[in-house]
Amino acid sequence: MRTRPLTPLLWTLFSAGGTLAALLYPVHLFLVGLAFPLGIFEPPSPETLARLVAHPFTRLYLFVFIALPLVHWAHRFRYTLYDGLQLKHLFALVAVLCYGAALVGAAAAGYVLWAL
Amino acid sequence: MSAHGGGPEARGGAAPGAYTPYHPRWYRRRVSVWWWLKRPTYATFVLRELTSVFVAGFAVVTLLQVRALSAGPETYARFQQRLESPVVLAFHAVALAFLLFHSLTWFNLAPKAMVVRVGGRRVPDAAVLAANYAAWIVATASVAAVLLAAR
Repeated sequence: MRTRPLTPLLWTLFSAGGTLAALLYPVHLFLVGLAFPLGIFEPPSPETLARLVAHPFTRLYLFVFIALPLVHWAHRFRYTLYDGLQLKHLFALVAVLCYGAALVGAAAAGYVLWAL
Repeated sequence: MSAHGGGPEARGGAAPGAYTPYHPRWYRRRVSVWWWLKRPTYATFVLRELTSVFVAGFAVVTLLQVRALSAGPETYARFQQRLESPVVLAFHAVALAFLLFHSLTWFNLAPKAMVVRVGGRRVPDAAVLAANYAAWIVATASVAAVLLAAR
């Protein structure tokens, strides 16, 4: 049996991202995606939001908020492709595409938040 | 990956030499790609796994929002306009249903995923569950307080 030393790390990231998304994503999506556009609640003004987002703590929050759940997706979607679509024979390709996409997303988030 | 130990004799007398690394040639029925539609529990499992697609989708929406915000007021106004389009609203409504499904299944699995011990005794499942839901309520209230109080 070949050992896969990365597996525990990937699983930990998957788990952390899943917990973060479970705790924080519904409220963010409800406000940003539904309540503000539909006028149920008054959205913060762009200036206020820009000031809030520029704060170092918020930047760090947003980086984790974007990056961890992306890794969660990569891990879960990878196994969905293996089992659901029976792509086990594309093991390496699927893994590289999933984690690669998550890494690109995390890097983009890091860049955008750093350059604010 | 799969360890093919045991040799051909171990799996019901396939001829030695008929062994191939990935698909040993014994009779095996092909499972349809739609196997998960056969039973409600299978379908629920696949729907649960697919919540991750909406999780990633919202991560990207958030990234686009931050980028629009950093690009200036006009870009951000255009971003907000796009959020008001019926297609995007419908997508977000569906996504919210999937995200809530993710939260519920995630928290309900938590007692099985993490066994917490205090003083050598296992914390009851109900307590782990209650702690998770309490954390969810606190997190939701905190985010709502910050975003609704910001003027």
